[in-house]
Amino acid sequence: MPNKESVIAALIDKNQQALLRGWLAAQKRDNRSRETNAPTADVAEQFLRHLATGAAGGRFDDISTPEWAPARELLEDFSRARVSQGFSPTETATFVFSFKEPLFEVLQREADGLAQIWNITLLLDRLGLYTIECYSRTREEVIGRQQQELLELSTPVVELWDGILALPLIGTLDSARTQIVMENLLERIVASGAEIAIIDITGVPTVDTLVAQHLIKTISAARLMGADCILSGIRPQIAQTIVHLGLELNVVSKATMADALGLALRRTEKVIVDRAKVTAGTGD
Amino acid sequence: MSDIPILKIGDCLLVSIQVDMHDRLAMALQDDLTHRIVTDRARGVMIDISALEIVDSFIGRMLNNIAAMSRVLDAVTVVVGMRPAVAITLVELGLALTGVRTALNVDKGLAMIRDLIDSPEHTNARRER
Repeated sequence: MPNKESVIAALIDKNQQALLRGWLAAQKRDNRSRETNAPTADVAEQFLRHLATGAAGGRFDDISTPEWAPARELLEDFSRARVSQGFSPTETATFVFSFKEPLFEVLQREADGLAQIWNITLLLDRLGLYTIECYSRTREEVIGRQQQELLELSTPVVELWDGILALPLIGTLDSARTQIVMENLLERIVASGAEIAIIDITGVPTVDTLVAQHLIKTISAARLMGADCILSGIRPQIAQTIVHLGLELNVVSKATMADALGLALRRTEKVIVDRAKVTAGTGD
Repeated sequence: MSDIPILKIGDCLLVSIQVDMHDRLAMALQDDLTHRIVTDRARGVMIDISALEIVDSFIGRMLNNIAAMSRVLDAVTVVVGMRPAVAITLVELGLALTGVRTALNVDKGLAMIRDLIDSPEHTNARRER
């Protein structure tokens, strides 16, 4: 006696065209907001074939076996494509779930098909959930990549002048970012031989005890490398917060980057002169 | 005698630590260096740690101690050539070496010692004694 899986496989094989037509129609109806485009039809046909292969060799209650590998691969690629096209999870999962309707119709027509409804539902649910899993995994990958890029993007070290570095910090400082900021700064101190580093916190939204501690760490590490730090870009609210929290930063701080640069130039015994005034002065 | 050579440059002493420091070597260096400061009437001490890849809390404390001892003997200490990784480790260990002056390399360290020795406060302090 043939088992339930092979019955379904034979059923899919026999009614392939009818199933495909019904399925595409169901998809079109369910995804009213979007055009069901030609690639979906291709994918649907392939999926049907892989489903038949899977059902012929594998079991309905375990889709992790090798027999289901082609079907899983297909769904994985499909979810990935959907993520990049900006589909929602529901729209993505509907691809699998909308297959239920035409399949059940076929099952109803076949006399011994009704007994299989529960099994086939189980299978399709599993495949649908698998699609969602792939979908969210792809999303998480995207988020992870963006986080990494953000880390690298947001910590530039700028050489303002010979021997003067600027470190404009943007965004909240957490431990991971502090580590990268510190490494970048120290590498640049070594490379440029800078003696002064201006840390600008204009872009840091809040300064709490933890952020302050990270700042202190960065400043101490720079000092160990022989570079003095000047803190700049302290907004009034942040100045108030620092005092209210009783934080002791032990560093020269200036309100603006311009002031900090002025101080840094003074310390390195350099001057910036207004040429118009100088020539006017000598002309008199 | 420790294995670490102490070189005299004018009125400065240069210590370049090229081997991995173990604790006994660190103690011997402390001992040696204080003696040399006195016998050579040195006014500046420069410790080059650019070859050190690992600085643990003991070595960190030793650097602090050397700086404090030199200060008592009226010499300024500058630690030069610390690697970025070492600096980060020390900060994470909570050893900011606040009592020690630092410079990026030997060149800048020497200039810093010159500045400090020639600065009026320092010479005044010496004259008062």
